[in-house]
Amino acid sequence: MRPALALLALLALAAVLAPWIAPQNPYDLAQLQLLDSRLPPLARSAEGAIRWLGTDDQGRDMLSAVLYGLRTSLAVGLASTALGFAIGVSLGLAAAWFGGWLDALIMRLADLQLSFPSILIALVLLALLGQGLEKIVLALVAVQWAYYARVARASALVERRKEYVEAAIALAFSDARIIFRHLLPNCLPPLIVLAAVQVAAAITLEATLSFLGVGLPITQPSLGLLIANGFNYLLSGHYWISFFPGVALVLAVVGINLVADRLRDVLDPRERRG
Amino acid sequence: MLAYVARRIVQSLAVLAIMSLLVFAGVYAIGNPIDILVNPQSDQSEIARATAALGLDRPLAEQYFVFLARAATGDLGNSFAFNVPAIGLILERMPATLELATAAMLIALALGIPLGLWAGIAPRSVAGRMIAAGSILGFSLPTFWVGLMLIMVFSVWLGWLPTSGRGPTTSIAGIPVSFLSIEGLRHLVLPAANLALFNLSLIARLTRSGAREAMQQDYVRFARAKGLSERRVVGVHVLKNVLVPVATVAGVEFGSVIAFAVVTESIFAWPGMGKLLIDSINVLDRPVIVGYLCIVVALFVAINLAVDLLVSWLDPRVRLGAER
Repeated sequence: MRPALALLALLALAAVLAPWIAPQNPYDLAQLQLLDSRLPPLARSAEGAIRWLGTDDQGRDMLSAVLYGLRTSLAVGLASTALGFAIGVSLGLAAAWFGGWLDALIMRLADLQLSFPSILIALVLLALLGQGLEKIVLALVAVQWAYYARVARASALVERRKEYVEAAIALAFSDARIIFRHLLPNCLPPLIVLAAVQVAAAITLEATLSFLGVGLPITQPSLGLLIANGFNYLLSGHYWISFFPGVALVLAVVGINLVADRLRDVLDPRERRG
Repeated sequence: MLAYVARRIVQSLAVLAIMSLLVFAGVYAIGNPIDILVNPQSDQSEIARATAALGLDRPLAEQYFVFLARAATGDLGNSFAFNVPAIGLILERMPATLELATAAMLIALALGIPLGLWAGIAPRSVAGRMIAAGSILGFSLPTFWVGLMLIMVFSVWLGWLPTSGRGPTTSIAGIPVSFLSIEGLRHLVLPAANLALFNLSLIARLTRSGAREAMQQDYVRFARAKGLSERRVVGVHVLKNVLVPVATVAGVEFGSVIAFAVVTESIFAWPGMGKLLIDSINVLDRPVIVGYLCIVVALFVAINLAVDLLVSWLDPRVRLGAER
């Protein structure tokens, strides 16, 4: 847990501070020199600056590109998870609390969606909507909400039979107040574990979609797009252009999964695995 | 049993109907395909003629029913880009995808079950721990990046295997396949291994936890007490009880292997339906996108139905639970 958490903190810090710690602004074309294109790692640029991770085909410093890419990837992953969490949990709690046709409608919709792989649903949505930051977030939210809805509903169905809920009903609190002030906090532990896993899944999915060319536009390159760009040069032996963005992606995803695994042991003893 | 089968089939048909509506409405309602398909320099009358020829001027509901009626007869319209029937284009590429997906699933099962058993029987051994850790890594690593690294190591650095394409194919009953020639196999190995990784990890984990649980059960202690060899205890008694969930997951996951083939095919330039989908999305070739989705949805519904029926046949508890 400790090393994984430290790694994650370091990556998050690097992503947040990217504009201040990156050797150059990788998307300011005035700072790029074609003379520096495809330098291997540790080479020096024409101006004498050391390029720790090499440069890409336009002479862009890969360390800077990776830092900025990490920033985009983490932001998209966190934003889509937060939105998916809010929407999915609200729907799941509403389904459990009100029951009846609302419950049936929401949960059948979730069933329908979960019977198809997330990449297929995201691909279809992006094929319809086109590229863009808000569109990929929308696609990732659409892929995620059903997981939260299912888990929230299952927890809420258990919780709503307990005495504190009866007490809240007896006090004639509004539905919204009981759902968000009483039910929600008691349903949170498994949802937090799920959210942690989903952040990693969202980052991976976004990277995959961007790699396929249907995700983020070239003006906001995430790690997936950097890897796709480097793929063209991989075959001629210029491995570093896609290797290092890939390493950053793997570190982030594995780090999050390890922390999520630990969180599960702490927060959700029923799910504890030996 | 009959009532259960009938209900599952009706459910499957309902899913198909809903999905066809969603897919069609989505793909046709958003954006104007004429902007992409007709040369922007062409004049108004040419655009009008093309719109009428493609049926894009009719009301949306009418377009849907035309689409549905034609889909029922296997006609999903002509590809905008190639001007040949979309369904033919997709079916032509389907064997390549199915071969890749089958190869990946076989690799995942052939390696995942033994590794999972090993890790489940000896969870504290070094090998057991390494298998458990490796399976977590297999889950976490993005498939497409692993594919790139496989190309980098085995094709670029070592020069052992080709980087892309399907290689020469041999024909069985008119269907081209790669696995019958050495050169074809050399092309198949990397993409199949890449596509197998996720399910290999999944099956290894599932087998591991199943085996760990089974090892604690009375029937295993009884089998040992009878004096059966360890090999027979694991190979027959433990394995039999582990296989039901593994078979279920392998069946259901076959659908996602086909979906994830989109990624692997794009990396290895494998000429399957997934690569066709990505190419079609890039040029907004709607009939091919709709056709791909219809075929994949139908495939999914059929796979899920087959797996459910198989499991209810293997394990009466499922069937009885559903009927109650």
